[in-house]
Amino acid sequence: MSFVPRWTMGRPNVAAACLSTMVAMIVGAETLVADEPATQRPADGQSVVEFINQRIEQGYKDNEITPSEVASDEEWVRRVYLDIVGRIPSLSEVISFLEDESPRKKSVLIESLVDSQDYIRNFTTIWTNNCIGRGTPRRVSRNGMEKFFREAFAKNRPWDQIVVDLVTGEGHFEENGAVNYILAQMQMNDEAVQLTAKTTKLFLGMQVQCTQCHNHPFNNWQQAQFWEFNSFFRQVRKVDHRKTDPNTGRQVDDYSEVVTRDFNGPVYFEKRSGLMQVAFPIYQGKAIEPDAFDRRKEFGKLLVANDDGETPIIAKAFVNRMWAHFFGYGFTRPVDDMGPHNAASHPAVLDRLSSEFVSSGYDVKKLIGRIANCSAYSLTSKFCDDNMVDNPAAGEVPLFSHVYVKSMQAEQLYDSLIVASNAHKSGKGGWDEQEQQRNRWMQQFIVAFDNDENDEGTTFNGTIPQALMMMNSDLIDKAVSVERGSFLFEAFSSPGPEGQKMQDLYLAALSRRPTRGEIVKAQQLVKAYGPNGKANAYQDLFWALLNSNEFIFVH
Amino acid sequence: MPIWNNYGMDRRHFMQHMATAAATIPAMNFLSHVQANSATVKANNKACILMWMSGGPPTIDIWDLKPGSKNGGEFQPIDTAASGVQISEHMPETAKVFDNLNVVRSMSTREADHGRGRYYMHTGYVPNPTVTHPTFGSVVSYEVGRHRKALEIPSFVSIGGGSGQAGFLGMSHAPFVVGSDGQIRNAPSEEAKERLPGRLEMLAAVESNFIKSQRGELPQAHKDVYSSAVNLMTSNQMAAFNVNKADASLGLEVESEATKAMYNMPAGGGGMGMGGGNGFGQSLLMARRLVQVGVPFVEVDLGGWDLHNDVFNTLKNQRLPVLDRGISALVADLKQRNMLDDVTIVWMGEFGRTPRINQNVGRDHWAASWSTMIGGGGLKNGQAIGATDADGTRVADNSKAYLPGDIWATVAYAMGIPLNTVHTSKRGRPMKLANGGTPIQELIG
Repeated sequence: MSFVPRWTMGRPNVAAACLSTMVAMIVGAETLVADEPATQRPADGQSVVEFINQRIEQGYKDNEITPSEVASDEEWVRRVYLDIVGRIPSLSEVISFLEDESPRKKSVLIESLVDSQDYIRNFTTIWTNNCIGRGTPRRVSRNGMEKFFREAFAKNRPWDQIVVDLVTGEGHFEENGAVNYILAQMQMNDEAVQLTAKTTKLFLGMQVQCTQCHNHPFNNWQQAQFWEFNSFFRQVRKVDHRKTDPNTGRQVDDYSEVVTRDFNGPVYFEKRSGLMQVAFPIYQGKAIEPDAFDRRKEFGKLLVANDDGETPIIAKAFVNRMWAHFFGYGFTRPVDDMGPHNAASHPAVLDRLSSEFVSSGYDVKKLIGRIANCSAYSLTSKFCDDNMVDNPAAGEVPLFSHVYVKSMQAEQLYDSLIVASNAHKSGKGGWDEQEQQRNRWMQQFIVAFDNDENDEGTTFNGTIPQALMMMNSDLIDKAVSVERGSFLFEAFSSPGPEGQKMQDLYLAALSRRPTRGEIVKAQQLVKAYGPNGKANAYQDLFWALLNSNEFIFVH
Repeated sequence: MPIWNNYGMDRRHFMQHMATAAATIPAMNFLSHVQANSATVKANNKACILMWMSGGPPTIDIWDLKPGSKNGGEFQPIDTAASGVQISEHMPETAKVFDNLNVVRSMSTREADHGRGRYYMHTGYVPNPTVTHPTFGSVVSYEVGRHRKALEIPSFVSIGGGSGQAGFLGMSHAPFVVGSDGQIRNAPSEEAKERLPGRLEMLAAVESNFIKSQRGELPQAHKDVYSSAVNLMTSNQMAAFNVNKADASLGLEVESEATKAMYNMPAGGGGMGMGGGNGFGQSLLMARRLVQVGVPFVEVDLGGWDLHNDVFNTLKNQRLPVLDRGISALVADLKQRNMLDDVTIVWMGEFGRTPRINQNVGRDHWAASWSTMIGGGGLKNGQAIGATDADGTRVADNSKAYLPGDIWATVAYAMGIPLNTVHTSKRGRPMKLANGGTPIQELIG
């Protein structure tokens, strides 16, 4: 038996249950899709949204809370831009939305945002980070991974096909960018253990890493199940190519690739008792031929199989994640630990959204549309007296009676500072160069953990290094620059009453108009700088807006 | 007095003072460097330095050798300055100073996953999705650092990162992460410092409404962190991070070549951004300086211990020489400065490694029976606490098994933190200090 990394924990055995029972438990704890079976004609988005709204309202009633009021247009427009395209809206985008009087303007904006270039960029960033981290592991092409996702989101490729491509990919890491997902999980020679754990977590929403060595401590999952998953990945091989550098004559890294080799028969694993067991490639009770070539392709087919009327797990996992993307919390906590031990908070909503997702052909944009159009997403982020208990940050189950304040991701902050200062208009550099610049800036916050899980940590969120960066870095200096052509220069030197200029600063930074009181206060402060200090005053005001808590949070 | 000191003068109160002198804001210089009163800083001078061995070190090859067993591996034990205690032959310098240290051989901790093990060992609690427990450095920052009024830099410094979160104790007790070169990125220029008063006044005006608008805790936490950042930016205690800087009022000298050599840094090394040299040694030296200015908890990260392959060569040629030099230098340095009784030294990783040697001449994850090391701090040192059986596979029958909470309770005892301290999580749940662990009896005598 070949080596695999081993963990050992001291937990007693849990009673056995078969895999299909386990799956049934995930799918059917409470009343499901109340009205129609999963395989119906794709419902129109409207009725799905109404169903969600109704279920969430029921949740308020059951918990005796009332929802907060609807968010102002200003609050909402900033939030939806950050969530869908990963940046704040520009000054003109805000004004255009605020002045639009059509009753359907929110739905229209949502649709135009998912059809924009920035949507592609945002979701490419998110899924590249999910698959290979922010610090690119060795012998992985970040460019290749991004190219794969860029194409996937640009063409709105069905999610199930994206998953299959990632799981079954082969070839050169720049020619088939999908293989970078696999390469990133093969940093150690570990018989695809890390690849197994990551795939189940990321695409199936199942945390099975503990079951490598023993049965799951809290549910009926067996150790054998881990090795059955692992069996599908035993034919994967990575090949790192080297080449001779013509200038130095030394060997340097060339490309890497994923190939499929011949492996058939069982996988051997050792129980804690020392007894050897075998595992075959089985998924949800369905076995494939052990000498199938290629096992991963067969696994891909099983992942999307829908013939027994059960919603595939990959759909639920993705819906849960996407809900959490918008609301800050999914229907389970953590979002990728779904299972019989961790019941969903709103099972009917999860099930309905998942089955609609499948019948729509795994249409990601449609799913986003449904989530962003539901009433709960339009609420303000202010608590009201009647829903103080709805506080997931304090450990409570989320009821979505108000939107939850989220921290910006580092990439969102970077992109938002660029937009606030109009730097995006100067059109510097193409896509690749912008990505590289942003990626370089990101590295200051990444802490890589040198272990077989390829973990990384971040010093970004709400820390002193972040505060120092926001106060003193080149990035912020550029954002508050009064050089010709910069946003501040335009605002400051163009004609118009001072109140109007104050308003523009607030709209550009915080996507809202200042209150009367805020204008008065700002004018007082500017006056204190004296007639020669006007430029400094504007800079300092803008600096304060960008450094404020209202800027850095998604609310 | 430091500005933006949440624990001293209230920021808004300070700003009211400023408003009366509004006409002269840009000219006013209230960033005069504070001459820290060294007596005040010294008064509460207990500290803890945690050496975190990222990856899970093979303690059976370092502290608790089993030469007679098939699990024994390639190393032999040697005597130490602590009578009756033997450690690895590849830790000779540490052996010489082991009368100041102890090994706890009967850790039994059940979490053998890197992420979970890291969390468990740092907090004393098993991970739980509904609450974020504070890493122990944050606990010390809260219990001890908070009362050190003269401390202007963060009271929990993490050299190398990976220390965890402050959880329900709040962002102002989060670890402040720096690299081993001590470089703090985005430190302000002199010009930036001059612009700061005006900017901060505008910031206060802009932010207050958002905090009042009841959107949860994040907005206030943001303000607290800015407070800490400004304190840091404007403090002369920053000199502690740079081994080549002196500040007489703080008792900090430019570190001599002899000291640097002791910590295995290259001659002339330690420059900002120069990298190179021995990162671990420099980090420990920085830790000593931070403790000198009053930081009560410093964590130093040393990675590369996840030795599933080729464990003996890697230990012998790479990891242990670095570790041995670092530990022995720190002990000698603290001792010669009469600081050792006030500084508790802790050594641990996520878990230990399997007694059984695998097919790649490595050891895998093992939490059932492994060792940590703790010393200094005025404890009764020079002991081996607990034991494992002859093959190292279990805690010995007559031995007590220890959990991370017990290590942290021992640290709390050494630092004067009351053991019956209870914190409250955001949900209102009482959280006992160190998860109710008890100090190791033999060490506190």
